[in-house]
Parts: sequence; structure tokens; C-alpha cells
Amino acid sequence: MSGLIYEQSPTTDGEEISNYTINFGPQHPAAHGVLRMVMELDGEIIERIDPHVGLLHRGTEKLIEYKTYLQALPYFDRLDYCSPLAQEYSYVLAIEKLLNVEVPERAQYLRVLFAELTRICNHMLNIGAHVMDVGAMTPNLWVFELREDCLNFFERASGARMHSAWFRPGGVHQDVPLKLLTDIGDWVDTRLPELFGDAMSLVQDNRIFKQRNVDIAVVSKEDAIKWGFSGPMIRAAGIPWDLRKSQPYDVYDRMDFEIPVGTNSDCYDRFMVRCEEVYQSARIIKQCLAEMPEGPIASDDRKVSPPKRAEMKQSMEALIHHFKLYTEGFHVPAGEVYVATESPKGEFGVYLVSDGSNKPYRCKIRPTAFSHLQAMDFMSKGHMLPDATAILGAIDVVFGECDR
Amino acid sequence: MAKVLHSAPRFASNEGVCDALCGALGSIVVESNEEFGEIVITVKRESIEDALRLLRDEHSYQQLMEIAGADYPSRPERFEVVYMLLSLTKNHRIMVKVSTDEATPVPTVTTLWPVAGWLEREVFDMYGVMFDGNTDLRRILTDYGFEGHPFRKDFPLTGYTELRYSEEEKRVVYEPVELAQDFRSFDFTSPWEGADYVLPGDEKADTPPVDEPKTTESPKQTGAGAKTDDKADDKVSAGAPAEEGTDIDTEAPEATEDQPDREPSKGDVHDTKGATEPEDKE
Repeated sequence: MSGLIYEQSPTTDGEEISNYTINFGPQHPAAHGVLRMVMELDGEIIERIDPHVGLLHRGTEKLIEYKTYLQALPYFDRLDYCSPLAQEYSYVLAIEKLLNVEVPERAQYLRVLFAELTRICNHMLNIGAHVMDVGAMTPNLWVFELREDCLNFFERASGARMHSAWFRPGGVHQDVPLKLLTDIGDWVDTRLPELFGDAMSLVQDNRIFKQRNVDIAVVSKEDAIKWGFSGPMIRAAGIPWDLRKSQPYDVYDRMDFEIPVGTNSDCYDRFMVRCEEVYQSARIIKQCLAEMPEGPIASDDRKVSPPKRAEMKQSMEALIHHFKLYTEGFHVPAGEVYVATESPKGEFGVYLVSDGSNKPYRCKIRPTAFSHLQAMDFMSKGHMLPDATAILGAIDVVFGECDR
Repeated sequence: MAKVLHSAPRFASNEGVCDALCGALGSIVVESNEEFGEIVITVKRESIEDALRLLRDEHSYQQLMEIAGADYPSRPERFEVVYMLLSLTKNHRIMVKVSTDEATPVPTVTTLWPVAGWLEREVFDMYGVMFDGNTDLRRILTDYGFEGHPFRKDFPLTGYTELRYSEEEKRVVYEPVELAQDFRSFDFTSPWEGADYVLPGDEKADTPPVDEPKTTESPKQTGAGAKTDDKADDKVSAGAPAEEGTDIDTEAPEATEDQPDREPSKGDVHDTKGATEPEDKE
């Protein structure tokens, strides 16, 4: 009975009541992975939560220090495995910033297009999981169909469904076939709005869903700033802050899209912000497809991006470049940068320190879920135990990224 | 900086920001630089809290996005703690740094931002940097009961212990790491670009140069002493290839002994049945 804390109650006339402590997780379907939360409960009211993270700590940042810049790229897919390309984005931009390498326009459009597709893919998982956490089964199955479509598009572009490793410093790995682009266009025009609209019509105005989410975990603007919120979490608090808009990278400054913000800053707002973001992402995708120029898909700086396969068969120099890039890799000028992009979950940052060699000296990854999860304690204080799953679902936490 | 070619996030201009902030921070600043479009201000360790409070309240860097540790073992104060600040209103980012060593604590900034709690815990866990005033400085990412600080440069990549589930003991057991093969790390530093070791065969390259240049005017100046010079002076006609005088008697090698007969095997031995032979069904 070590978890029992006996105390004198002011209301029950000296009769002993007890707070008890329970373990939420590490194996719990609503914990979205391996999260252990030590909860102190007063009846069914949460008094205190102490989240124990790190059960999925793999030392990614240390591993990256022992890999060349290119070899380290696939690690980023494995951080937030629900939105792989969004993680690669920060990393390749950080390298490009140090190298000051120009990315061809088509590659920029492709990266934006696939980053937005990743956003839809991620939100499909989160929206479905959040809905299921509070008791609805069907929408999850429906939006998973859409997620499956996204994964098929990734496969057609990169050869891998989830861990694409498709972005490269200086562009993307391979060009996409025209048919893929037209298929994405058709999908965004027809299937996505239909299926997603259907699924959301079951939830958005659902009485039970609202009862479980409205006014749960209300966070003020000041608190959202103080606790380092970003992404849909800070937007739900009513702060129109989106790195794609305020600190645009690649061709985001040419895109026309809106930033949805919440008014009440509760779990329902967070959910609705994500729903609207899906439509906004679809808008960006359509613009990318309409404006996509022809041209190269990777930098022509042969010290950074490898030559084409066909060129290698003819040119000795191309062969040497290829060999050097895939054994030694490229050297990055000494210096340090912090580059953050708007991943589907919030600000995903990479602090890259280079010592001038072919390996990063230090690569600190700023996960989105880390600061959000830290706020779990103050967000759930005074709420009921079942609300914890709703709050957790609205945070959109993935432990590959949180624990690194 | 040269022309910006990359397409990394573009925030508000850095123009004059560094000077303005350094002026405001005054004597707290140790060093400041602006490289790759990033403003990095190094401040005195003991006044980090004041510096960040000033930046937050007076210069509207409202958000602390990240605290990163870094280890530079060659420096007297080996650890760097880097604070990434973000201004939502000015749309600008800066980095603020302090340096410290294993023993000296850094003042906590949990008083300014509650988010610093876990971020400092992480730096403590990974590097062993102490934060003075952080009331909850527990390990966060490593295992319960973990020893050491894994992101230090002198901590091996493979770690010291590994764990597995023991079927005999019916629990997870910790054991010292045993590697079937050493971790291979390749050395990519080019000898033309400042590798600091001597390549095999290059030992002689560093011998000091002689005062007078060496010249050879006649074949007898061999530079290998008088004896050789005399020999070299003898005119030797280019002979035929040394074929004559090489009639070394080569005999065929002796035959090895015959292999002794195998002893007959003992016990109940019989040949295996051929695959085509049908087996007796009983």
C-alpha cells in the first residue's frame, strides 16, 4: 500500500480519506505509445500527473554524431514516425543553411507538396486516434483509409511507405512521375473532401464528442507562450502563429492559405484546428500542383548532391563525385544554426553544430511533444481521469519524437 | 554574409539587432557573433537569468523554445548550454549561450519559463550540467537507475550495459556490453586538409632541408659514400637480362606419404538408405 497517502480531511470530520496513485501506461492504448504517467487521484479527480518519458529513448542525437550528414537523414523519419517527411525538412534546411546551397524551384515545390501531404497523413492519424480515445470507432477507420492513400503516394515517390528518406540537402532524391501528381490532384479534389467530410460529420457536432472535449484543458494565451507551445496547440489558444506563414521556407511564401485559430483553447478547439488544417493543406497541395515548374529536382552543386546515374556511366568526374559523396560525404562549414519548421505537431527544430567535418558535431532535435507533455500536469489538474486521454489525444504526442 | 541562396526559414532581419541587444545587456555579454544568419550571444553564466529576463521583458523574446547542451571536451569549461529564444511579436530568433563545467551549476530559468523545467532536466540527464534552483532535477530520458551522462563526448556510443530478458531468471537482466565486433569508425580527414597524424611512409617528410642543394654532375656522384662512387665510376655495359648463371637445379618436390588406411568404424553402423529405396511401412 505504498501509494496511499493518508491525510486529515477538513470536511469529513477527521475521518481518513486517501489520495491514491496509479500508473497510466506504459502499456495503455490511449498513451499513444510508451508513456508512463504517475497519477495522483482524489477519487476520480486528477491531483497531479508526473509523466515519465524516455521509454523509447534511442539516443538518436548521439547516433547522428557518428554518421555522415547523409547517413543521418533516415533517423529523422524514425523520430515522429507519423509524419516522417516533416522531420527531414528541418534537417535538410539546417544543412542547406550552413552550406548556403540553392535548391531548384521544382524541388522546393515538391518538398512543400509532400510536407503538406505529410501533414494530412499525420492529422488523419491524430484525428482518428483522438476520436477513438473518447469512444468513437468508425471515423478512425474511415480516416485511416485516407492515411493509407497518403502512404501509397509516399511509396510511389520514394519507394517506402513510411520511412521515405526522400528529402536531400539540395533538393529531393528523385523526381516524381507525372501520373503521381495527377493522382494526388484527383485525390485532393474528390476522395479527400468526401471521405474526410463524411467522417467528420459524425464527430464534429456529436453530442458525446463535445461533452468529452469542450472546456477540457483550457489554456490561456499567456500559459501557452510560457509553456513553449507551438503548432495547433498554440493556435487553438487563439494565437495565429504558424511558421509556414511567419517564417516561410521554400515556396511557402507563394502559397495562399489561412491559419485556423481556436477561440476557447480547449481540446475541442485543438481538434477543430487540425480538421481545418487538413483543408488548408489540401489548398496548398492544389497550388503546388498548379504551379509546379519543370526542371531539376536537386542542386547542381556536385559537392553536395550526387550526379545522375546516366551521367555516371559517361563522365569520370561524375563517378568520382558519386563515390566521394557516398563514402566520405560532404563537408559542412563550421558553424551553428537553429532551424525550425512547422511540422504537423508544432515547431520541430534542429540545432546543428558543425566543426567543418563530414559529420555533425552536435545535432540537437527540438521535439514538439516534449514541451506539450510537460504541460500535461497543469492542463489536467482538476479534471477527471477519463479526460486525461482526451487531453493526451489533443496534444498529438508521438514518442519516437518525444524521447528521441 | 554572402548572398543568401538557401531557402531555410526567413524571419525578421538581423540588421542591428545584435548590437542593440548587446548594448542592452551591457557587461553581461562575453561574446557575440552573427554567422549564417544566426545571432549567438554568449553571456556570463551567473547572470543568465537576468539576461533572459531582460530579453523576455524588454525585448519581447516571449518564448523559450529549446535548451540544448553541447560538449567540447578540449575547453576549460567543457559544456555549453544554448537557449533558443523566439519572439512572436518581432518574428525573430536568437540564441543565448553560457558555458560551464561538470562542477559549476548554471542558474535555473524555471523562474522565467516553466517549460525550462524539463529542458534543463534533459541537459542534466545527457551532460550532467547542474542547474541551480531547479527543484525537480531528475533524470528524464535515460533508464531508471542509469549511470553516467550519455551525450558527453567521452561516453562510448555503445554504452556500458546492455539488457535482455533472461528466460532462466524470468526477468530483464543488465549485463556489460559485449560486442562481437568493434564499432568501426572511419577516418575521413584528408591528409591534404590537415589530418594531424603522420601517414605511414611520411615519417621522413619532416626531416629538415639541407643547406646546399644536392646536384649530380657525373654518374659517380651517387651520394652514398666513396665506395659506391668508385663502383659507379666503373663503366658497366648494359648486359643482357640475367638469364645465364641461373641454372639452379630445381628438383621436383618429394611426394607426400600415402594416407594411412582408415580404421574400420566401431559400433552398429550401416549405410543410409538411398533416396530411391522405398521405406518399409510397418
